[in-house]
Amino acid sequence: MPEANPAPNPPARVALLATCIVDQLFPDVGLATLRLLARFGVKAEFPKAQTCCGQPFFNMGHHAEARKLARHTLEVFEGYDAVVLPSGSCTSMIRIFYGDVFDADDPLRPRVMALGEKTFELSEFLVKTLGVTDVQSNFSGSVTYHDGCHCLRELRVREEPRTLIRSVKGCQLVDLEGSDSCCGFGGTFSVKFDDISAAMVKDKVAAVEKAGAQYVVSTDSSCLMQIGGALSRAGSKVRPLHLAQVLAGDP
Amino acid sequence: MTTAHVPTSDRFKENARGALGNAHKVRVLQTATDRSVRARMTALSERPDWEELRSRAREIKRHTLNHLDRHLEVLEARVIEQGGTVFWARDAAEARKYIVDLAKARGCKTAVKGKSMASEEIELNHALEAAEVTPVETDLGEYIVQLAGETPSHIILPAIHKSRGDISDLFHKELGTPKTDDVAELARIARGILRRRFIDADLGFSGVNFAVAQTGTLVIVENEGNIRFSTGAPRIHVALMGIEKVIPRFEDLSTFLRLLPRSATGQRITSYVNFINGARRADEDDGPEELHLVLLDNGRTRILADPEARESLLCIRCGACLNVCPVYSRVGGHSYGWVYPGPLGAMITPQFLGLPNAADLPFASSLCGACKDACPVRIDIPRVLLHLRHQLQESPTTRRRGAASWFERRAVSLAAWLFSSPWRFRTAARLGRWAQKLAPRRGNGPWVPVWTATRDFPAFPKKALRDLLP
Repeated sequence: MPEANPAPNPPARVALLATCIVDQLFPDVGLATLRLLARFGVKAEFPKAQTCCGQPFFNMGHHAEARKLARHTLEVFEGYDAVVLPSGSCTSMIRIFYGDVFDADDPLRPRVMALGEKTFELSEFLVKTLGVTDVQSNFSGSVTYHDGCHCLRELRVREEPRTLIRSVKGCQLVDLEGSDSCCGFGGTFSVKFDDISAAMVKDKVAAVEKAGAQYVVSTDSSCLMQIGGALSRAGSKVRPLHLAQVLAGDP
Repeated sequence: MTTAHVPTSDRFKENARGALGNAHKVRVLQTATDRSVRARMTALSERPDWEELRSRAREIKRHTLNHLDRHLEVLEARVIEQGGTVFWARDAAEARKYIVDLAKARGCKTAVKGKSMASEEIELNHALEAAEVTPVETDLGEYIVQLAGETPSHIILPAIHKSRGDISDLFHKELGTPKTDDVAELARIARGILRRRFIDADLGFSGVNFAVAQTGTLVIVENEGNIRFSTGAPRIHVALMGIEKVIPRFEDLSTFLRLLPRSATGQRITSYVNFINGARRADEDDGPEELHLVLLDNGRTRILADPEARESLLCIRCGACLNVCPVYSRVGGHSYGWVYPGPLGAMITPQFLGLPNAADLPFASSLCGACKDACPVRIDIPRVLLHLRHQLQESPTTRRRGAASWFERRAVSLAAWLFSSPWRFRTAARLGRWAQKLAPRRGNGPWVPVWTATRDFPAFPKKALRDLLP
């Protein structure tokens, strides 16, 4: 894919933190993210030492383990000028919650806080850092957008993904009723309270069906795994698709 | 007659499963919470200064908590100056004993009660009954719940789990009234019974929404007039408040009275706003002869001492977090197993009952954050829940124990060890892929424990991203 319209002053060294779920389960999302960034002149690197940001451990209350992975993530990504994630949730972990696992006087704390300041969710990075509002791509199909909770309520990213989706030629964005209601994933919540989680995603599936689009799109593969898994079980024709894949466009 | 809150907060999962199995109740609850959410959104859309109001309220509350002792002493002095009596209750037992002893000493037979979650917290009705004082709940929702022998399932709408049909059936069964679908008629039936009780009662009991230290004013909002009746007609008025309900100045009320009704019921203002300054004065014709204010600690100072959990005490009990919560609106208030349900309950019940007695509650949230956005004083409920989870796992005094917990800790340490090195991570992931190939199928993908009971799991791709990239 040629460079469509390089952003004026992109950060010099950009890293892709793909997240463990994208790395292991949804590699296409990672590839789409790299392709999309390259279109705007950003050659993001994928440091192979990356593993997991530690959010599952933090959410379960295991701070010692979360700290271990925060330290590892810090060591891998600290040297870059910007870190981009195809995930609002893992971005929140680094930017908002890393500070919570280190004591106030821990020398690592200011370092993880600094990492947080240069860590961005993909759509946020495109719109706010690169100034992109038109992704200059084609995608044939109709999509409906689900707000991931962390993306919406921790990062306050709401309009960026919608703006970018609307710029894709051939793509129709359909409103999703209750787009800001949780899909019921919530990490270990989805297993620890699987029946509540199932009741939540059942309503999400109904809303998605009602929207009538071909794809349900979100910033987070974890939400999409939950919604997609329930759609698939219900025999729905609607497919989950990560925001990066829509924005990167038809290959 | 009255049902006690036997805490079942340690069985949230089982309670929730039972609740989800009752489709009628889930539907009734979701309809009601949806209505409340819409009403609230409409009400606050009229206030362009909503965010500033929230910030100001939070600041006032935070300031008050930081100087709580001083404000409470000022409140006490003002209430006493106005002829009231103040009792400092260290815990529920002390509060109960004071109120029951007072009722007995004054020969009270019937107590009419305005809605008060603090009274549920101290199990007041039971104690009154044991002392042969009949407690009568006079809030319509509370009356319904009392009649049904249940406990409230919502802090603002105690009978939110009942449809009008359920209530009609209940009245028919307990009161012998004809069945009706007419809400006004149902209210009329209750009013007819309660009117007599107000007049006959010798003790009136109420909670407190805000207690103004500067003026010694007890402020109580309501829509039915039952609190005005309960606090005005009987010869004794007992008001019970958690110590966090004090606010410094009268002018602070303008902030809170804008936030509370809009957040709670979507109203600009409630039908009644009661301002109570002391008991009847010599030159007044009516009102109670005595006013007793009970200041309840019951664990609140302990919460205050925890810098991360202290936020919990900012709460003004509006119930907005319950209505917006995707968990509460499906499993209902009784699942939380004690007085306070929803995100509020998940946050404060473990702090009141002790973490090991409500160990599931901090986890009973997908951390979606709808509650913190709805909160009129911006309590970061998910963050407090995360803090409690941390305490449960790692604090020596509150740590979960038992085989399951031991196993989880070992598994978590192992996982963190695997994930903290790229080659271990890669090796573990490859082994996982292998194992998955051998797994049976479920739906359109591989079988995964628990997950695939209700959802499909995606098939692992041939290669991980790290193996596709140079």
